Amino acid sequence: MNPGLAFDDVTCLRGGRILFEGLRFALGPGEAGLVLGPNGVGKSSLIRIAAGLLAPLGGRVTGSGARALLAEAAALDAERTLANALAFWAGLDGRRGAVAEALAAVGLAEIAAVPVRLLSTGQRRRAAFARVLASGAPVWLLDEPANGLDSASIAMLEARIAEHRAAGGIALIATHQPIALPGAQAIAL
Amino acid sequence: MIALVWRELRRAWSSGGLVFPVAFFLLVAILFPFAVGPDGRLLARIGGGVIWAAALLAALLPVERLVAPDAESGVLDQLVVRGHSDAEIAAAKMLGHWLGFGPALLVASCVAAALLQVPGAVLGTILLALAIGTPGLAALGVATAALVAGLRGAGALAGLVMLPFAVPLLIFGAGASAGAPGALKLLAAISLVLVAGCPFVAGAAMRMGRG
Repeated sequence: MNPGLAFDDVTCLRGGRILFEGLRFALGPGEAGLVLGPNGVGKSSLIRIAAGLLAPLGGRVTGSGARALLAEAAALDAERTLANALAFWAGLDGRRGAVAEALAAVGLAEIAAVPVRLLSTGQRRRAAFARVLASGAPVWLLDEPANGLDSASIAMLEARIAEHRAAGGIALIATHQPIALPGAQAIAL
Repeated sequence: MIALVWRELRRAWSSGGLVFPVAFFLLVAILFPFAVGPDGRLLARIGGGVIWAAALLAALLPVERLVAPDAESGVLDQLVVRGHSDAEIAAAKMLGHWLGFGPALLVASCVAAALLQVPGAVLGTILLALAIGTPGLAALGVATAALVAGLRGAGALAGLVMLPFAVPLLIFGAGASAGAPGALKLLAAISLVLVAGCPFVAGAAMRMGRG
């Protein structure tokens, strides 16, 4: 089955305030959605709704295919080595073998044996992105993936997303930093 | 599920989660002979109750690190995205928490029983009662941890939330240790209710916390 992700008339309520309402979009294989808007407008909430972590007040979110989430928190056990922390998640996804390749793809292969707590902000961000890569999920939900990344790492991120889309994957990306996403559907909040 | 339980156990080990509750348990048990005096007969009589009260306090000790760190670091979010239900995550945490302190507590109770001059025959009953009751304590601990996760003063609040609910376990556990008829069965019933119900309580609390 082809992966897909669609919002149908979705309304989001946070803290007693309607952040957005009547939001509609649909993403098919190879497509990307770029969520734009100023701070506090509900970009992260949109990603969390897409991930199924937050229930929308109204409307429906439909989709098919496993989803992988990159959120603000890295969700990597601080005291474990980078490779082991990622292997825990890859193991849950049944893809333990994908860790080394994912680490190489984000340029962290040399520090695979370093404990997660010693990583810098940008390295941690790339490590969390490596978890998304290793999951093998066709639908990527990325919340501010470029936060804390240098320009070389942002280029790496853009390249990985392009590869993912070329392979028929979907990416929904919320960002306030410019990321090159050719042909992406803009979702303005 | 096994991977989740294993992770809990590993976290308990690496954060001293095994050593602290057991050392705390033994210290509480040691305090009593100092407080009530070295009268062997009296100590033997209250020994079962002391061991239970100490076990309760020891089970309360690691509550703060059970759920809150995972909620903060996004681990719970990632598990939910992967399709694990909140109740399943909570059940895995309970099992991991129990494996982390339960068996060690049983071993430590033998030492505590010796300090309190509890006779060997009674020790067998105490161990059986602890083996039945500690899963209930673990379940209660995880449910409490989920309820107070992310709140200010979570540690103190955890005690206020958990200890009243642990009173039935304490009554029947200590009663069984004192040889009261039927207490063991009632202890098992209470423990079973907690083990069966707490995953859903904790799961609902974690879901609310995500809100």
